[in-house]
Parts: sequence; structure tokens; C-alpha cells
Amino acid sequence: MKNQSVGQILQKIGPLLGLIVIMTGLSIMSPQFLSLDNLLTMLRQVTIVGLLAFGMTFVILTGGIDLSVGSTLALAGALTAGMMASGLDPILAVLLGVLAGAGLGAFNGLVISKGKVAPFIATLATMTMFRGLSLVYTEGRPVTGFTDSQFFDLIGRGYLFGIPIPVIIMFVIFFILLFILKKTVFGRHVYALGGNEEASILSGIKVNRVKIGVYSLTGALSALAGIILTSRLGSASPNAGFTYELDAIAAVVLGGTSLSGGRGWIFGTLIGALIIGVLNNGLNLLGVSSNYQQIVKGAVILLAVLLDRQKS
Amino acid sequence: MAQPIVQMKGISKSFVGNKVLNEVDFEVLPGEVHALLGENGAGKSTLMKILTGIHSRDEGEIYVKGEAVEFNNPKESEKAGIAVIHQELNIIPYLTVMENMFLGRELKYGKTGVTNTKKMKQLTNDYLLQLGIDLDPLALAGNLSVGQQQMVEIAKAISVDAEMIVMDEPTAALTDREIEGLFEVIERLREQEVGIVYISHRMEEIYRICDRVSILRDGEYIGTRETKTVEYEEIIQMLVGRELGTLYPERDAEIGDVKMKVDGLTSDAFQDINFDLREGEILGVAGLMGAGRSEIMQSLFGYRTIESGSISIEGKPVNIKKPTDAIDAGIGFVTEDRKEQGLVLSMSVKENLSLPNLKGVSNQTILSDKSEKGLVDDLVKRLNVKMAGQNQEVRMLSGGNQQKVVIGKWLGINPKILILDEPTRGVDVGAKKEIYHIMNELTKQGVSIVMISSELPEVLGMSDRILVIHEGRIGAELKREDATQEKIMYAATGGE
Repeated sequence: MKNQSVGQILQKIGPLLGLIVIMTGLSIMSPQFLSLDNLLTMLRQVTIVGLLAFGMTFVILTGGIDLSVGSTLALAGALTAGMMASGLDPILAVLLGVLAGAGLGAFNGLVISKGKVAPFIATLATMTMFRGLSLVYTEGRPVTGFTDSQFFDLIGRGYLFGIPIPVIIMFVIFFILLFILKKTVFGRHVYALGGNEEASILSGIKVNRVKIGVYSLTGALSALAGIILTSRLGSASPNAGFTYELDAIAAVVLGGTSLSGGRGWIFGTLIGALIIGVLNNGLNLLGVSSNYQQIVKGAVILLAVLLDRQKS
Repeated sequence: MAQPIVQMKGISKSFVGNKVLNEVDFEVLPGEVHALLGENGAGKSTLMKILTGIHSRDEGEIYVKGEAVEFNNPKESEKAGIAVIHQELNIIPYLTVMENMFLGRELKYGKTGVTNTKKMKQLTNDYLLQLGIDLDPLALAGNLSVGQQQMVEIAKAISVDAEMIVMDEPTAALTDREIEGLFEVIERLREQEVGIVYISHRMEEIYRICDRVSILRDGEYIGTRETKTVEYEEIIQMLVGRELGTLYPERDAEIGDVKMKVDGLTSDAFQDINFDLREGEILGVAGLMGAGRSEIMQSLFGYRTIESGSISIEGKPVNIKKPTDAIDAGIGFVTEDRKEQGLVLSMSVKENLSLPNLKGVSNQTILSDKSEKGLVDDLVKRLNVKMAGQNQEVRMLSGGNQQKVVIGKWLGINPKILILDEPTRGVDVGAKKEIYHIMNELTKQGVSIVMISSELPEVLGMSDRILVIHEGRIGAELKREDATQEKIMYAATGGE
């Protein structure tokens, strides 16, 4: 972190400071907030949006956007439940479910790269399509009673050393993604593509592959989120994950990643997802109605972006 | 002597303790074209920003027609009759010429909100005529060439009674014909007693249209000379503060066998391009802007499709369909526009330098910090890039150092062939000389270089052989010893 101005450093730790301020405030207002039990519950709630937001970070770093993550979550969750209901081994069903998510993402990537459709439009269309597919597949009803597999129950509801398994999954994925962004050729290509697509092509980067890669990754992570949710609820609803794409985008933006691509980091996204999770959890504890919660959440996002403007 | 329109005396300015201007004097007389010259970072922009009220000054006085003034923002300097034509033009492409001219001060019928199109059209026509510009006031600005858009901005400045116009690198994006048009307009402005500050790196332009030249170096005012009497060498010495010696190195590379053979290359932008490139050779490519030079090179690099033709390297045919194919074949391509095509500005010097070389500094998947740093250390040293550190963002570097980074990107792949498209555009004299030296060193190591350049002295100074492109075809091939500026221009403009 050499050669960074004070402003740049502030920009980096800004989200973390924000999280600390919000958490301090909530712990003063509600004594239960800082209890280990509550913090773990909060973390478990964060995992779904967190996983979506991790994928979204890659997409946004390339200068794209993926509105279809919520629909992919629902479709992959339903497919996994359906496969288990028809007797498939749960481990295989989970793997195929994640793979299906990657496939849906790859489709997004193909339309965007080879079809040269703007990511916003392409994923707006597939968001609707994937939602429709999950409604058709489930005939509009939640899929339930599909398995009594202990493995599958653990994914969403289990604990290891007192920590919820979904939280462990989220952190393992976080560190893998952090490694990919920082230490791999693919990660470097993601930043380069978002920073300057033309210069990237002229530097010999196969940008179509990178695009298909990030959307596939996002699809796979959305599917994983869908599977975790299905396991936790014991049911796969075709309406699951509705508008989650907005929470995911909000988390990325709160974390300081630029929507125009090329600049950002996944640690910020983790903090952004935590800010959203802490707000949800804290406002619930304080008994604020969900209608008011939306206003508060929106205001926090606006404030964060405004503060970011001031710094730069 | 007439009273200066603008006089700046003893201007000093520091940014966070760093003195960027030290007691600089500058003045512009009515009807004078005054060149402001200095290497990148010499303080030209800061001086102009102080004049137009964007920056405040620490010391010194500014007088407009003899009266001391204090500008707090560009609006105030505009009111005093000072206009700036920036490199990035302030033209809205979806509006007409007329609408752009009257943007923000539209004429209306009385106090109603209804615009008086008739009157605005008439006035626009008058202003354009006054400058001898042939443009339809109702033409959509987005359909105009860059040169024409610039004319609209100049006309706009005149329409608000500007008495002094600052032109920042006005010819950088213009074709040769447009440059002639601009010079004609400048002549008219001169007749109308408008003062012009002309910022440019192009010496031949300065000699051609400027009356005086003032030189800044490292924030110091070095002096002002009449262009009629000052020698080129003296200006260069004032600019760099030392004897620069000859700008172009002695070409002492040994020229070997044919490295690349291009046969019958044809596309929508050029026809039947044939040439050989030898080991250790610098092949200059001259021609007017728009003749198809960049398009030929982009096709060689797989960035544009060709209709027919073949390329072979070291006797073996190569099939180049995309840039990766070219890179695998050992071709590097330093593009004309370093900010749009050459660099990822949001990335660091290190990340830019290693970008085409990531395979070499990784095990194909995972990057090795050590080998990346090794590669970058080596490149930075070979190129003498001046920077705060490898992790500095590349956008913070000066133009010359940015250009070195673009060249350095390709040195990392150990190219057999290096294509350079306008390698010294927007680069100051000191960095220019360094780039020429690097080119010479590379050819000594057996690298073959194709260099597109619009600067004839550069073409003549560096090339072993010169291709002149005219309207998509090779108009002439000249040996270094036979070539002159006249012969090149003759072929470039279609003479046989």
C-alpha cells in the first residue's frame, strides 16, 4: 500500500469506519445487538446477499452489471430441490445446481460478449427469463419435502465449532475470491478490462473469455446462495431472491467499488454486505417496521455515496 | 508598443510546498500570436489556469489592458475577454452549430422562454463569415470534424467579444488540411487585433504562425524571443536547459535478413500493401492523416480485419486474426492514442507494464510477485521511467513517461517486431530524445521497427527506409539517403 495519498487511504477504510459507527450506535441503542448469538445470526443472514455481492463485485469491476442474480438464485435452488426430490444424491444435486448457475451466468456472458448487448439490458432480460423458468419449473409452488439428507440440512442450518456453516462457506469463498483478484492472471484481467477494454484487447487479453468467466462465476455464486437458502428454509420458492440483485449492487457500491469499472476491492464488498446486514438486524431488534427500514437503508446508501464524492 | 491585452508579472505558485511557478512574466499584445513553450510539467497549464481564475496565485500581478485584475473563477476571466480553447472541446454533439454557439445565453423573444432562432442563425452566420469559416449554422455539431468543431469554439469566443484566446495544443487532433484552415482563422483573428496564446510542442507551427515565443522550464521563466530572429537550437537549449546534442542518435544497428514480409494486404481502408521489414531496421511510414497508415498497422496486429493478403515472419506464413495471434508471433504495437488504447489509467505502472506479459510472470494461472517485480524493475531501468514507485497510478505520470510505459509493455514480450504509431506525440523534447535512443538500442539487439510518424524531421532522422502512404496505397518507397521533406510531401499528396 505504498504511494497512496491520505484521500485514497480514507476511501479504502471509509466503509469500515461506517460499519463501526453503525455498530457502535446500534449497540448503544440495543444491548442485545453485540451478543454473540445475535452477531452469528446476523452473519448468517448476510451470507446470501454476501455471496451475490461477491460475484457482483467481479462483474462490476469489469464495467458490467448483473441484474439476474436473484432469479438465478431461485432457479438454481428450485432445480437442486427438484433433482433431490427425484432421488438424485444430494451431493451430486448440489454440484449440478452450482453448475447450472454457472451455465446461466455463462449464457449472460455469451450474450454480453459475443452478442455485444449492454450488460444492463442483457441481464434485465435474463432476470425475467430465469424468474419465469423457475415459476414454470415449480409450477408456481414452493418445492418442499425433497430430502432428509443430513448433508443438505447442514449447508444452511449446520454449525461447526459454534459457527453457522453458511458463514464458514461465505468466508472460505471470500478468501478464494480475494486470492483470485489479487494473485491470479484472471483477476488482473478483470481489473484491466474494467479500466480500459480497448487497451486490454490490444494487450492480448481475451476479453470475451474474461466476461464469460465473471458472469459464470456470479451465476455459480448465486446458485450457491440459492442452495444455502433452500437448505435453511427446507423449501425452494420460485420467488426466492426477489430484488436481491439490488441489495448486492448496494453492497458493492457501499464497499467503494466504482460502477464504471476498473477500481474496487472485494474486502469493501464484504463490509458493504455487513453494513446492510447490520442495519437489517439492528433495525429489527429496535422494532422498526420494515417499511421504515427501507427508508433508512436507502438513506445510508445515499449518504455513503455522497461522502465518497466529498473525498474525491 | 501597444498596450498588452494581458500582462502577468512575477507570478509564483506552490502546490503543497512544491513550487510550480517562480516569478513568471508573460504578456500578450493585441494582434499577436504568442507561443508558450515548455516541457511537460514546466508550468504552462498552471500559468494559464491562474490567468483564467481556476487557480489562485501566491504572488504577482495580472493586468488586463493596464488594469490590475483579480479573477476568482473562469466566468470572471471570460467576462474580461479571455477565452480558452481546450484540447477537449466543449461541444455538445447533439446540438447544432448555432445552438452550441448560444448555449446558455440563447436569444429570446422579450422575456418569454421562446428562443429567437432567426436572429441566432443570422448572428452565427455573421460570426462564421467574419472568420472565413464555411459552415451551416444548422448543421449538427456531432457530424462535424474535430477541426470544424474547433472552429465553432473559436467563433463562439469571438461572439462573446474575446480579446484574447488561449489555444491549448490546437492542432493535436487535426488533419493537415484542417491545420491550414486553423492558421487562416488565426490570421483573421490577428487582423482583428485579437491576442492569441498558442501552446504547442510543434516547432514548425510555432515558427510559422507565432510572433514571439516565451519559454518556461521547471516553473521558471526562461525568456521571450522573436520567432523571426531566434534559432531553433537556441529555443531547444532554453527548453531543456542544457546542450541536448543531436536529437537523433547515430543509426548504427546492423541490418540483417528480411524479418517480415507483407504481401498484397487489402481492406476497406487500404489496397495492395507490399513491403519487407529487415532485422534491425527502422522502417518509417509517412503520409497525411487519414491516408490509412494506422489502419494498415492495426491490421498487421490483428485489430482490424483484412480482405486479402498475407504476412510471413522469418519466412513462415502467419495467420493473424486477433491481437493475441500477433503477440504470439512476436509483434508489439505501441498505439497512437496512449490514453484510449495504450494504458489502463486506473492501474499502476507495474500492472500496466506487465499486462501483455502476465503469462511470463505466472505459472499461467497464479501470478508470481517476485518475477513480476523483476520484470518491471528491469523495464523501468531500461526505459528510465521517472515515477514515485512501481505502484504509482500510471495516470499521474507525465506524457513522456506514460509513453515509455506503453513502449515498455512490449519490451517485456521480447518482440521481434515493434510497431510504433506516432511514438513521440505529445512528448517533450527530453523524453523524445530518450525514446529515439531506446529505439536505436532495440534495433541493435535485432528488433525490427515500423514507425508511423507525422513529424517529417522524425521520419527523416530515425528511418533507414521510408514508405509514403497515399490514399491507402504505397505512394513511394525512399531510402534514407535519398529522402527529403519535399520528396515525402510530394508522394504523400499524390505526386508520382
